[in-house]
Amino acid sequence: MAGAGGGGCPAGGNDLQWCFSQVKGAVDEDVAEADVISTVEFSHSGDLLATGDKGGRVVIFQREQENKSRPHSRGEYNVYSTFQSHEPEFDYLKSLEIEEKINKIRWLPQQGAARFLLSTNDKTIKLWKISERDKRAEGYNLKDEDGRLRDPLRITALRVPILKPMDLMVEASPRRVFANAHTYHINSISVNSDHETYLSADDLRINLWHLEITDRSFNIVDIKPANMEELTEVITAAEFHPHQCNVLVYSSSKGTIRLCDMRSSALCDRHSKFFEEPEDPSSRSFFSEIISSVSDVKFSHSGRYMMTRDYLSVKVWDLNMESRPVETHQVHEYLRSKLCSLYENDCIFDKFECCWNGSDSAIMTGSYNNFFRMFDRTTWRDVTLEASRENSKPRASLKPRRVCAGGKRKKDEVSVDSLDFSKKILHTAWHPVENIIAVAATNNLYIFQDKAN
Amino acid sequence: MSRVASRKDRVPRGSVKGPGMMLSKGLKRKREEEEEEGKEALAVDTWWLDPGHPAVAQAPPAVASSSLFDLSVLKLHHSLRQSEPDLRHLVLVVNTLRRIQASMAPTAALPPVPSPPTAPGIADNLLASSDAALSASMASLLEDLSHIEGLSQAPQPLVDEGPPGRPTGGAPPSLGALDLLGPATGCLLDDGLEGLFEDIDTSMYDSELWAPASEGHKSSPEDGPGKEEAPELDEAELDYLMDVLVGTQALERPSGPGR
Repeated sequence: MAGAGGGGCPAGGNDLQWCFSQVKGAVDEDVAEADVISTVEFSHSGDLLATGDKGGRVVIFQREQENKSRPHSRGEYNVYSTFQSHEPEFDYLKSLEIEEKINKIRWLPQQGAARFLLSTNDKTIKLWKISERDKRAEGYNLKDEDGRLRDPLRITALRVPILKPMDLMVEASPRRVFANAHTYHINSISVNSDHETYLSADDLRINLWHLEITDRSFNIVDIKPANMEELTEVITAAEFHPHQCNVLVYSSSKGTIRLCDMRSSALCDRHSKFFEEPEDPSSRSFFSEIISSVSDVKFSHSGRYMMTRDYLSVKVWDLNMESRPVETHQVHEYLRSKLCSLYENDCIFDKFECCWNGSDSAIMTGSYNNFFRMFDRTTWRDVTLEASRENSKPRASLKPRRVCAGGKRKKDEVSVDSLDFSKKILHTAWHPVENIIAVAATNNLYIFQDKAN
Repeated sequence: MSRVASRKDRVPRGSVKGPGMMLSKGLKRKREEEEEEGKEALAVDTWWLDPGHPAVAQAPPAVASSSLFDLSVLKLHHSLRQSEPDLRHLVLVVNTLRRIQASMAPTAALPPVPSPPTAPGIADNLLASSDAALSASMASLLEDLSHIEGLSQAPQPLVDEGPPGRPTGGAPPSLGALDLLGPATGCLLDDGLEGLFEDIDTSMYDSELWAPASEGHKSSPEDGPGKEEAPELDEAELDYLMDVLVGTQALERPSGPGR
């Protein structure tokens, strides 16, 4: 299914022709575990793109300024800064290793020249400052150019140091470390619209932090039962509302979403709204709960909707209607008959993320075989694309892919049984304004853009 | 034991079918998985369907078979053996296990059968006794885990992992295994310090090296020869004393029972 030509639809997912732009990462078939990308996030303006990996590293790409001599190609993303955010740790009390894998990165809104982001592993959140230095001072009085102290007796005249340009140096420094507040594994962080606080969520609790204060956090949600034997549900994702600084949502392993208002009480154990779609009795199975488990929840930019990702579908909810979603998009329904196998090989537990485009008119999520899916909410059209090295000629258009669920396989279709379940696209990101997407395929980061320019 | 969840049991690339796990309707299925050797082949000729679930032509629906139950128990076991279990995975597997179990014995209320809780070879018993078997499994796993981590709630003589442990009388229902996660991951002092030291073998420092059989299973090297020596020691000593008395032995013989 080819997308309709160009058209005037500015930000739809399917009237566009998606083209390959760049790919980052090693080409080797043997992927080092540490190089597997675990999170992808555009900054609020989209000029920076951050990735985190299992080795605890953060790599930030910056979009180059548009080149006047090549008006048809938009700015490319090149490496801006690389740093080790988290190291493997050992908890001596419990004899446990703490993984350095970066679970989430969230940018803070830009307030000055420096850029700030939060990165987290299972236990500790860090605030990083990324700043540029492109000048250095020369002509100090008390020290030489190489830093050695000058003999004060030999100083006969004073001079004013002058600033000279130097090669751009980007420095990343940890400004805050928020530690020791989570017993369980952190799955989400979310910066509040007040730009002063943020939340961190683990399997059973959600904590509220002030960005300036590291030795204290407030627990706002706690679903740990008095008796752990009664545990039947965990928190899977949480996010602050984009505009209302008192509102947050969190999703659960049972497929429910709770919206909480921090104004109503200090401890938000009682929700203000409860979103759950009644189970369809005709499709009930032993795996119903597992596939209903929400792996990601994202507010729309407008703040009016939220989107949830479960194993087989993406659902859009209107915050004013708790009884059922307003839209349900099937990601890979052909897997429904394979659930038993997917349970056996643990694929059924994979946590896919989802994202909105800048205008909330389209949504995107990943699948297996390095496929990812886009849904246009206005035209109700969807497309399956593939992130692969074979389609990596510059500005090459991406051909829509088709999975054959059964029966005769047409040419160019991929049969379900030949899908590669080790090639999963869990993390995707959409530029906040333009039609540029970043797709993480294991250790490679693909950047696609739309052709229209 | 790897930190990152093991993917060794992954379906090979490009293939959805796991070994023998692709269910087909109405056929006899044989056990092919190596881990479950010793199990009998099960003939699956009935499908336990949830009420209201139509017979679907295309896809195998939920099957309340023992193999699914055993697979889930295996997963649960594997999950609990991780140094820090993934709570979401654990909870989902346990809940699925409950569902399967509930469908396998829809008219439960049978007296609890104190059967060995480990999975293989007890398909029929598991079908017969619902909660008891599950709680027994949990109790056994809990014990195994305590044995590994050295943090046991109830100090009991723990057997090795080989022979299945007996279900303790106070085995907590269903999610007993998860109880371990509370104190294990919470504050160290929540539990008192006693639990920490139970795995340390202090028999070396016990003064009664020649203690009788009650400590037999923890015998240190000194115990063995000591016990054997005791009766012989008396005889040898007596002989020696006799010789001394009689005056036929010099006193340069090394003293004591040493050889």
